[in-house]
Amino acid sequence: MKIDFEHKQSAHCENGVVSNLMKFNGHQVSEPMVFGIGSGLLFCYLPFIKINYAPLITYRAMAGFIFNRFAKRVGIKIKREKFKDPQKAKERLDENLQKNNPVGLQVGVYNLVYFPDEYRFHFNAHNLVVYGKEDDTYLISDPVMQHVTTLTSKELEKVRYAKGPFAPNGHMYYPISFPETLHLEKAIRKGIKHTCREMLAPVPIVGAKGIKTVAKLIRKWPKKHGAKKANHYLGQIVRMQEEIGTGGGGFRYIYAAFLQEASDVLKIEELAVLSKEMTQIGDQWRDFALSASRIYKNRSVQEDAYNKVADELEAIGNRETNFFGKLKRAI
Amino acid sequence: MKKKEIPQDESFFTEEHGKELYYAVDEEGNYTTGLSSGWEVKTIALSNALEAIEERIADAKKRVHENKTSPIEYYMEVCKMELPVLASYVGMWVWRVKRHFKPAVFKKLSQKTLEKYATAFDITVEQLKNVAP
Repeated sequence: MKIDFEHKQSAHCENGVVSNLMKFNGHQVSEPMVFGIGSGLLFCYLPFIKINYAPLITYRAMAGFIFNRFAKRVGIKIKREKFKDPQKAKERLDENLQKNNPVGLQVGVYNLVYFPDEYRFHFNAHNLVVYGKEDDTYLISDPVMQHVTTLTSKELEKVRYAKGPFAPNGHMYYPISFPETLHLEKAIRKGIKHTCREMLAPVPIVGAKGIKTVAKLIRKWPKKHGAKKANHYLGQIVRMQEEIGTGGGGFRYIYAAFLQEASDVLKIEELAVLSKEMTQIGDQWRDFALSASRIYKNRSVQEDAYNKVADELEAIGNRETNFFGKLKRAI
Repeated sequence: MKKKEIPQDESFFTEEHGKELYYAVDEEGNYTTGLSSGWEVKTIALSNALEAIEERIADAKKRVHENKTSPIEYYMEVCKMELPVLASYVGMWVWRVKRHFKPAVFKKLSQKTLEKYATAFDITVEQLKNVAP
């Protein structure tokens, strides 16, 4: 059986699943809108969590948060289920497909066979939609992929029961109730305010302050850790920033797209101006990544090169401090 | 970023995988999306990270043959796992898994425990016991 579900590729998996499920239920909400209302934009430096032997740096809110905030702010209800027993998880999934209800699933990436091998890490917060089943094969709409794909029931069970941090435990979710009309205005304001609050948080590892902290640390890396480790750390920052799902520039372009849309909805001209500035900030992040890549490409460890990328990052931090101050006042 | 500036470099995303989506502005300054085949800057970062894993695999293999660690550490690296991930797959505490890295302890492991590890690594117990030189 195949549900009449439209696969629309998105930059980020979670926004994409939400946007596509909303559309299936008759509500047009773009990916940037979901991201903005759900306050997806963030910067956070978590030195005590190591991913692939480097400190964790994230450019977005934690998995699940974006959808939850979005749902709360626009007034939809989501049903979430987890299952200890894989068999039960499968039955519930099949039941929903029978009822013509496509569902979102949280999965691990390591065993997702349709991903390039090089991208398959033990990352457990990926999202996709199942929109049908033919014999023993599930029809999969993975929003970050250009085309729809399939997984056998065995393959699907494996990714639904991946282990490790943020293990999905068969996590399945779908919206169950909607308001008569979506009132985006209030939700947009709430989403923006929340993002401004986080980006301007007086905490050294969060938001614009976090960016400046990392800039400071980068200057010390070559001396403290040696060339190899310093280059590895720098490469890790770029990977987090530009990995599939970010839409480029550490989600800054998606956010700029959101501000442009929000400017139309709220009829606030200033937001369109700020959208342009956010695009420039995104460009600055891209330039930073390019400079960083010159260092780890040559595997050199010239301290002035590290100081140069640190300068670039510090400039971004200062600009974002200024930017979110303006955005807060505009709303 | 302008739509026409979206990078089209070679990457691990080949024809069969399709392309990835970017947000960019069109000529009028309006936001739109565009596809990218890859960006060298991040492909190098990923390649370097994969190389680092290869190095750790080679190092673990060497130490297995020097009897300094058990095959469990080697296969953990092969499967791109870190200790907490492996511990979660076999349902044991991290310190216990770590203890199984000791060759002497590994030799005394029960068939049942070995099977747990073999399942986690998607190999047979025979393969688990023998790391090819």
